Amino acid sequence: MNTKILKYVVLDILQSRFVVAYTLLLFAVSVSLFTLEGNVDKGILSLLNVVLIVVPLLSVVFSTIHFYNSYEFIELLLAQPVPRLKILMSQYAGVALSLSLALALGMGLPIVLFAYGEVGLSLLASGVLLTLIFTAIGFLSAVLTRDKAKGIGIALLLWFYFAILYDGLVLYILFSFSDYPLEKLTLLLVSLNPVDLGRIVILLKMDIAALMGYTGALYQQFFGSVLGILFSLGIMVLWWTLPISISSLVFRKKDL
Amino acid sequence: MRIIDYIFIGLLGLFFEKVQAIDIQVGPATHHKSLKAAIAQAQPGDTLCIQSGLYREGNLVIDKSLTLIGEGEVVLDGQHRYEVLTITASNVTVMGLTIKNAGKASLSDLAAIKIRGAQGVQILHNRIEKAVFGIYFEKTQHSRVIGNEIIAQHTNAQSAGNGIHVWKSEHLYIANNRIEGHRDGIYFEFVDDSKVLRNHSEGNLRYGLHFMFSHRDDYRHNVFVRNGAGIAVMYSRQVKMYHNQFRESWGNASNGLLLKEITDSEVAYNYFEKNTIGTYVEGAVRVNIEHNHFHANGWAIKLRGSSYDNVFRYNNFTGNSFDLSVTSSIVQNEISQNYWSRYTGYDLNRDGKGDVPYHPVSIYSVVVEEVPPSLILMRSFTMDLLEKTEKTIPSLTPEKLVDAQPLMKQLPL
Repeated sequence: MNTKILKYVVLDILQSRFVVAYTLLLFAVSVSLFTLEGNVDKGILSLLNVVLIVVPLLSVVFSTIHFYNSYEFIELLLAQPVPRLKILMSQYAGVALSLSLALALGMGLPIVLFAYGEVGLSLLASGVLLTLIFTAIGFLSAVLTRDKAKGIGIALLLWFYFAILYDGLVLYILFSFSDYPLEKLTLLLVSLNPVDLGRIVILLKMDIAALMGYTGALYQQFFGSVLGILFSLGIMVLWWTLPISISSLVFRKKDL
Repeated sequence: MRIIDYIFIGLLGLFFEKVQAIDIQVGPATHHKSLKAAIAQAQPGDTLCIQSGLYREGNLVIDKSLTLIGEGEVVLDGQHRYEVLTITASNVTVMGLTIKNAGKASLSDLAAIKIRGAQGVQILHNRIEKAVFGIYFEKTQHSRVIGNEIIAQHTNAQSAGNGIHVWKSEHLYIANNRIEGHRDGIYFEFVDDSKVLRNHSEGNLRYGLHFMFSHRDDYRHNVFVRNGAGIAVMYSRQVKMYHNQFRESWGNASNGLLLKEITDSEVAYNYFEKNTIGTYVEGAVRVNIEHNHFHANGWAIKLRGSSYDNVFRYNNFTGNSFDLSVTSSIVQNEISQNYWSRYTGYDLNRDGKGDVPYHPVSIYSVVVEEVPPSLILMRSFTMDLLEKTEKTIPSLTPEKLVDAQPLMKQLPL
């Protein structure tokens, strides 16, 4: 990472005012959800959908577009004696940092004000992790192809798969093989999706009573234990580092 | 409460005691050193005032109407071998004693205090520690158990006994007791016309209160916390349960309240919080469940087969993961005018009742019933989508199972 490039990237993003608008949007949505529902629990529930759907979508789309928009700048940097890895990492760090900051301010402030507690904080933590992961996925899809439309297409497709399609597929599998004991398979399946992991972290704090029943107890035992928390954190980190490593591998040899 | 108890005992004393009744002092510093000998010498109607001290006298049988009063720290030790007090006479009062380490036997149920075939017995303000069975009633009528603390630390339900165990009795009054760490806090079998009031039952392995074949009983203002299950009511008629609290019964099959084969009963003004299942209803007939508050439970109500003519009315359902789950789509129970925090309808004519019916059984609860592992998909976008689709075109959820007049505002309970 190169701090000079990082500084420039962050300043550039701030200048585009997208991040400022994103912060304000998150702030407005969170405050209105908390005050309109009149019930903090309901507000948290609605925010959960924002964190699981909207945050990944915006992260993935924004990072892809940003990468294409700074193509000329990247080309310019490549002419300088700076390693390629450093350039990509600084770009990624700049985007991820500004998006996480936007989330921390826009959603974190209302949460601290209205719903400070375990549930609220785990919501925020999931949001930040999902931002990091989906920014990485956005970079990956941008690095894979030179065509901007194609790149955004790939990014959207990946988002659609993780955020929406995947749970449907899991449900389909559960229904198709309902004659077999599926608890452990389900654990494995949900671990393969960062959005699901983010949801479960919050679920464990929110629906603890229901999760204690029947099969839920197994999930609670697993994800609630220190080992389970480490496991899910590890998988999340894997989901974060994997796309970034692949994109840096691709970027290193890429003919721009 | 204590003062009223004393007055009551006083009055009872006036009523029953004969003129010659005397007070006998028992204790290390008095003429009577042995409790056993003092009991043997006493005449019916006498009062034994027991001084502070540790008494290890094995099993004490009280076969005449005596009053035992502990003055100070009176500790009766069963040395893990003996049943401490066995009461076989009527009109016995035991008050202010501490009974420790009652014995355990595999063939008979040894208790700290056992009452057999008596009437008018009063067990007041005692403390019972580390007993298998705390207070054990057998074929007893018109007796009172008030203000006792019964504390044990059992870890295995097979080897543990019940805090207050009652078998084949009538007209008991059990109030203000605190029971912890037994198998069942209070256990009733064939006990009719009794009252259970203001007891606190916490951390018992199986049930906070367990009763079977017990009719016309009255349960009010009791608190049940962190028991395997709060109350299990089985095979009973005309039971009344008001103002009880059921909290934090967590576990594989844990219920706040379990109603099994119950008829013609009332469950009202109770509070259910953070139980895996708030109320589990199976084979209940003509039970009115009204004015209860279900908050933050896994399932507020699980309704099972052969339950009919029950009424669920004027209850609050707030923040439960699932409001209602059923096994059959045939509607045999009345559900109306409850408050559901999940309700999203409107009220155009401003009569406080929503204009759109509320379906308390969500598609997701049907799915979970079908495939339990899908619990992991709770609150996912896919499930929300299914929920919305189901609302527009109902296919899997029982269409007729609705609250036609859901309340717009929470009831003040």
